[in-house]
Amino acid sequence: MRFRHFIRPEETAATLPALASSRRDFLRGSLVIGGGLVIGFSTIPDSSSAADQAASAYLPNAFVTIYPDERIELTVARVEMGQGTYTSLPMLIAEELEIDLDRIVLLHAPPDAHLYGGERHDQFTGGSLSIRTLWQPMRQAGAVARLVLIRTAAQTWGVPEQECRAKNGTVVHEPTGRRLTYGKLATAASRLPLPDVIPLKSSNEFALIGKPVTRLDAGAKVNGTALFGIDAVVPGMLFASVAASPVPGGTLRAIDDRQTLSLPGVRQVVRLPSAVAVIAENTWYARKGLEALRVEWNEGENAHLSTSHIHSLMTDALGRQGVVGRNDGDALEVIARDSNRFERFHLNPMLAHAPMEPINCTVHVKADSAQIWVGTQVPARARDAAAKVLGLATEKVTLTGYYLGGGFGRRLETDYVEQAAAIALQVKAPVKVTWSREEDIRQGIFRGAYAHSVAASLDERGYPVAIAHKIAGPSNLARWAPGALKEGLDGNSAEGSIQFAYDLANYRSEFVREDGPIVTGFWRGVGATRNLLVLETFIDELAIRAGQDPLNYRLALLTRNDRARQVVMRAAELASWHEPLPPGRGRGIALLYAWGTYMAQVVDLTVGELGDISVQRVVCVVDCGVVVNPDTVIAQMQGGINFALSAALFGQITIREGRVQQSNFHDYAVVRMNQAPMIKVEIIPSNLPPGGVGEAGTAGFGGAFSNAVFSATGRRFYQFPIRLDHADA
Amino acid sequence: MYLLNINGVDRKVDLAPDVPLLWALRDVMHLTGTKFGCGMALCGACTVHVDGVAVRSCVLPVSSLAGKRITTIEAVSESAAGRAVQSAWLSNEVVQCGYCQSGQIMSAVALITAVVTPSDEDIDNAMSGNICRCGTYSRIRDAIKEAAINSRNGVM
Repeated sequence: MRFRHFIRPEETAATLPALASSRRDFLRGSLVIGGGLVIGFSTIPDSSSAADQAASAYLPNAFVTIYPDERIELTVARVEMGQGTYTSLPMLIAEELEIDLDRIVLLHAPPDAHLYGGERHDQFTGGSLSIRTLWQPMRQAGAVARLVLIRTAAQTWGVPEQECRAKNGTVVHEPTGRRLTYGKLATAASRLPLPDVIPLKSSNEFALIGKPVTRLDAGAKVNGTALFGIDAVVPGMLFASVAASPVPGGTLRAIDDRQTLSLPGVRQVVRLPSAVAVIAENTWYARKGLEALRVEWNEGENAHLSTSHIHSLMTDALGRQGVVGRNDGDALEVIARDSNRFERFHLNPMLAHAPMEPINCTVHVKADSAQIWVGTQVPARARDAAAKVLGLATEKVTLTGYYLGGGFGRRLETDYVEQAAAIALQVKAPVKVTWSREEDIRQGIFRGAYAHSVAASLDERGYPVAIAHKIAGPSNLARWAPGALKEGLDGNSAEGSIQFAYDLANYRSEFVREDGPIVTGFWRGVGATRNLLVLETFIDELAIRAGQDPLNYRLALLTRNDRARQVVMRAAELASWHEPLPPGRGRGIALLYAWGTYMAQVVDLTVGELGDISVQRVVCVVDCGVVVNPDTVIAQMQGGINFALSAALFGQITIREGRVQQSNFHDYAVVRMNQAPMIKVEIIPSNLPPGGVGEAGTAGFGGAFSNAVFSATGRRFYQFPIRLDHADA
Repeated sequence: MYLLNINGVDRKVDLAPDVPLLWALRDVMHLTGTKFGCGMALCGACTVHVDGVAVRSCVLPVSSLAGKRITTIEAVSESAAGRAVQSAWLSNEVVQCGYCQSGQIMSAVALITAVVTPSDEDIDNAMSGNICRCGTYSRIRDAIKEAAINSRNGVM
């Protein structure tokens, strides 16, 4: 049992030299101040598919450092938000460096987009990218370090390198049994040139990769010592509760704070252009102070905004020309000529992230500098955004990162860091700003609403000759990383649609950008969560129209894609697909191909007499290429499926008269223990390059769920959440 | 001024009577293992034990706690049931982001202390007040069953 709190957030890699990260110099060795060896690296993109090209827009850097006292540190610009990356990334290094995994101390990287942000200088965690982009360079860094350590030992002993072997953090001269530890070799090793050729282990030589490994962060997370941003303790700090304009884009008109200022523990009321905050001796006093404020807002142009207006904007946008992400054959022409074409419209609602750790940020503004303590998926962006608000040079602002109590895309944004900085600018003490759950839900950067049309031309047996899928909705990439657009295409919004995996000569995927009136953002599973719900529901509908079993129908369209075929067949087998169901029970299947990962899910559910849906079991078969830590993959599938089930059963943010109508877990419900299904996950063994895992479980679920509801009820749904009294079929 | 017995230690806090225990723990005593999640006893992240019973500290005023024993996640390992639950959490690799897990563990310890062999229904009843957004529920269920067995057999 390991109860080691191995993250030291207060430490940074400040002693590391700034290493260049050009494509050519992708690995650099150098001396650490005080002795030791550091290997820094960045990645070179070698992907080819459109999705991977979008993915490879973000290239990370990291450093492994070996100190003379035998410490081995890994500084990596990835954050831990539950996905297990603080375990799987050290595994990659340890595998090639020939050390025990628990020798590695992992450090949160400080914000430095140049050092850690890869080629695009953007330091972030998201998009199911960590293992995909670091799989090769992490192992190469470990291997390079091992090679120079061996060379150093061989030179020290005056023996051929071939007689030396690295093992458990030491180099051994096998004929004589002499040994030197890595720490003793590190400083001398740092003076050697790095090798040009870096042999990596083949998969059958892996000692660690592919074996289930205990999460390195687990111990601290079962005894209360793991520190999240909300746990930051700064001497002398005050506490803030904040209310931003309830209408997006609104501004503060007037406040009456007389009662607030008379309450116990309240120190100050801070006015911002579009928010108001109460500063107090503890969070409760701040919350009570905020409740007692009388605030008037200029509601601005969104004063009468409604969900139906947003939905109709998206639906109308389907009539416009978009950017074509894939165009095999001539789907539009084939469908246009077919008077019997089959067409469906879907709508995906807005969703909040609702991470368990409410949004928070602690800031201390001093005379000519500032400090920030926060859990964020984007440390460099957060630091830079705060610096701008504070009018400070970025190097005057330090940011200490923490564990994230859930990210799901919400902590890719910097709005709350900017707000906390603006509040702290008016407070003469460090201040911890903690949003109430109500604020967290209402001031979300929501998953936007998207409208979809999908049309097919069918042959006489009911199989598709052509399919055209059109998506209309916000482009998050255009706002968040415009440089990542490929000829105007938002590959993130089109994810899962442009990778359509079935055999089809005529297939078209088109995306129309319609951002709508409010800022929206990334949500777990991103585009694929919506697009595969639509496409897999559509394929199911085609199967039923053709009088075919949905499994057999899919297999008939997957004759050329062995990986897709395999996951579908195995999931059906594990779920006893052909076993008949009693009345009220339903079973549905769906295929996913996105982020280089193939997956099939089969959902078994029951619809009660009152229309209540309970999911008994989900079978999930995943082929995500080579697997680093299999238990992490299983955990991500289980968690991702529950995340998607919450959206399928309950998830929607609605707006009326400019105000978000949901506020807390009673009206923005999420799945609880009594609603959580048994989830059986099987991983297909593979040596192919790793696919994405963090998003896939979520994105693969919706279609199987919706199809299972159809199987149970005979009713087809075109909008989540599914409520059995609102069928429009 | 209120005297709170927290993890076996008497601590004086100078707070208004309505201040919930959660904020006394977190903001005053810096016992940050107990988490804020909703403020309305809807999510269970703030669960602690008062005289061995799992309660939501976000709605429990400090003025209601005179003479009561309060246990937080920081001291849960002092009981055999607490150690059994922590150990089962690790062997089942329950945690993901980990934020809700203090509360989950406090609810689970109270459950296996009260019910020696919890059924699935017992687990549903005791644990449905604790939300996990990472969706670790099936592992929590398995871990509770393992902890109950180990606790019963005196393994911890």
